[in-house]
Amino acid sequence: MSFPSGRLRGGRFEPRVEARRRAGIRFMWLCRFAVAFGVASLLVLLVSILTVGIPALSPDFLANDPSRFPERAGIRSAILSSAGMLALVAAMSFPLGVGAALYLEEYAPRNRLTRLLQTNIANLAGVPSIVYGLLGLAVLVRFLALERSLLTGAATLSLLVLPLVIIAAREAIRAVPGSLRAAAYALGATRWQAIRHHVLPAAMPRILSGTILSLSRAGGETAPLLVIGAFTFTAFDPVSATDPFTALPVQIFNWTTEPQGEFRALAAGAIVVLLGALLLMNAAAVLIRNRYER
Amino acid sequence: MSRPDGRLRPHGRLRAGRSRWGERLIGALLFGCGAVSILTTVGIVVVLLTQSLGFFTEVSPLEFLAGTRWSPDPAPRSFGILPLLNGTLLVAGGAALVALPAGLATAIYLSEYASRQTKRIVKPALEILAGIPTVVYGYFAVVFVTPILRAVFPGAGVFSAASAAVVVGIMILPMVSSLSGDALSAVPRSLREAAYGLGATRLEVSTRVVVPAGLPGIAASFILAISRAVAETMVVALAAGATPRMTLDVFESVQTMTAYVVQASLGDAPSGTIGYRALFAVGLVLFFITLALNLVSQRMAARFRESHT
Repeated sequence: MSFPSGRLRGGRFEPRVEARRRAGIRFMWLCRFAVAFGVASLLVLLVSILTVGIPALSPDFLANDPSRFPERAGIRSAILSSAGMLALVAAMSFPLGVGAALYLEEYAPRNRLTRLLQTNIANLAGVPSIVYGLLGLAVLVRFLALERSLLTGAATLSLLVLPLVIIAAREAIRAVPGSLRAAAYALGATRWQAIRHHVLPAAMPRILSGTILSLSRAGGETAPLLVIGAFTFTAFDPVSATDPFTALPVQIFNWTTEPQGEFRALAAGAIVVLLGALLLMNAAAVLIRNRYER
Repeated sequence: MSRPDGRLRPHGRLRAGRSRWGERLIGALLFGCGAVSILTTVGIVVVLLTQSLGFFTEVSPLEFLAGTRWSPDPAPRSFGILPLLNGTLLVAGGAALVALPAGLATAIYLSEYASRQTKRIVKPALEILAGIPTVVYGYFAVVFVTPILRAVFPGAGVFSAASAAVVVGIMILPMVSSLSGDALSAVPRSLREAAYGLGATRLEVSTRVVVPAGLPGIAASFILAISRAVAETMVVALAAGATPRMTLDVFESVQTMTAYVVQASLGDAPSGTIGYRALFAVGLVLFFITLALNLVSQRMAARFRESHT
C-alpha cells in the first residue's frame, strides 16, 4: 500500500496535510468495511438459518426419530445421543484434564520431560480434528474392537478436547494466589492437602467454565464422528455406552447432503436446536465464572 | 522457601520426617493424567505411520506424492495425492484471500480507531462467529453462498471451491482478527506516541509504526489461520464437492484431503484394504502440513513475545 506523505521538493518541505488526511479517511472506511463484513456475515448466517429453522421446530420434531419422510422426521435419537456422549466426554476429560493441569502447575519439576509435555499439549491442540477421527477409527473401533459405539465417539472427542481442558485448568490454577499455598504450608499441610482444600476450590469456578466451553466445542464436532463411523440414520434411543450412536451435528450433515428442500429445512431446525444448546452452555460458563469469582 | 521456578513448597526441616506414600501416589497419578496427552501423540503418529507403511508397500511413495490422478475406487486405481493437495490449496488459498486482509483490517480498526462502544459490539459478534460449529458453516455454504455464487457467476457448479473458500474465510476471520489484534495491542504505546509527536496521521501511525512492529505476531496469526483452513473438513465436504482434479478454476467441484477422508469413511472401508490404508496416508500428509504450519506460527509468536517483553 502506498499513501501520500510529506516530501521535499526543491529544498522545501511540503507536508501535504490535506492529501494525507484524505488518505487517512479512505483507509478508515476500508477498515470499517472489513469490520462490517465480519459482523454482517454473522447476521446473514443467523438470519438465513433462523428464518428456515424456527418454522421447522415443533414438539414432533423433537420427539420423533429420523425418517425417510421429511414430515415425520425428528431429532430425538440425535439429541439423546449427543447428550449421552457429552456426559461421557465430561466424565473422561474433566478428571484427566484437571489432573494433568495440577501436575504441570503444582508438581512438575523444571526439566526436559515437563517441557516436552507442554509443547506436546500445545501441538495437540492444533491437530486437525479429522486426524483424531483416524486415531479413534484405528485404535478404538478396530484395534480395541469397541465398534461404532457411543463410548468410541465419546473417547475420541475426549482426546480431542483434552488439550483445551488442560490449558483452561492450568490458567485457572495459575491464577490462585501463592499466599493461599503459603498459608496452608505454614499450618503444616502436605502438598496434596494444600491443593485439595485450598488451591482446587479456589480455582474450581474457572476450571468448570473452561471445561464447559471445551464441551461445547465437542458438542459441535462432526468430522471425527463421521470418520469413526457415526450412524447417519438411527431410529432408536441410545441406552448404554456400547450402543451405536449418532449426534446432532451428524444429523445436520446428513440432512444437508439431501438435495430436497424439506430435508434442508430439517437441517436448519436441528441447527437452531444445536446453536441454542451451545449458547446455553456458553452462558452457563460465563455465569459460573462471574458468580463465584471474588 | 520458594525455588528458582517461583513455586512454593514445604522445605528443609519443615518437610515430613517420613516419606508419605499417599502423597507420592497422588503425584504419580497426576503425572499419569499428563502422560495421556503424550500417549495421544504417540498413538496418532504410530497409527498414521504404520497404516501408511502398509499403504506404501502397495503404492510407491513417488507415485503417491507426484501422481496427478486420485482414483481409489474404480478399476484402474491410482493414488496420486496431487489432486487432493490441489483442492486443499485452492480452498485454503481462497479462504486466506478473504480472511487475511479483512481480519487484519478489522484488527487495525479495533485497536487503533474504534470507540469503546464499537468494540463492545464487534468483539462479541466475532467471538460468536468463532464459536459456531463447522457443520453449520457447511450448511450455510450449501444453502446460502452457493446459490448466490451461481446467480452471479453462471459458470459456477453446484459444488465449487469458491463457495467453500468464501465460507472457510468467514470462519477463520475471527481467529485472524483476534490474534493479530493481540499482536497490535502488544505494541508499546510509546511507539505510537513518538510517531504522533512527529506529526504522523493515524493512518501513518497504524501502517508504518504499529503494523510493522506487530508483524511477527500478525504473521503468526496468518499462518495459524491457514493451518485451520487446511484442516477444515465439514465446509469442504459439504460445499466443495467430491471430484479430485488438478484445476485452478475455483468454480469447479474439487476434493480436498479432508473431504476425501470423510467421503471414504462414510463408505466404511474394511480394515486391511488399500482403500482403508489410503485414508491414513492422506491423514499423514495432512498431519505433517498442519504441524509444520503450527510450529512456524509458534516460533514466530514466541519471537514476537520476546521482542516486546
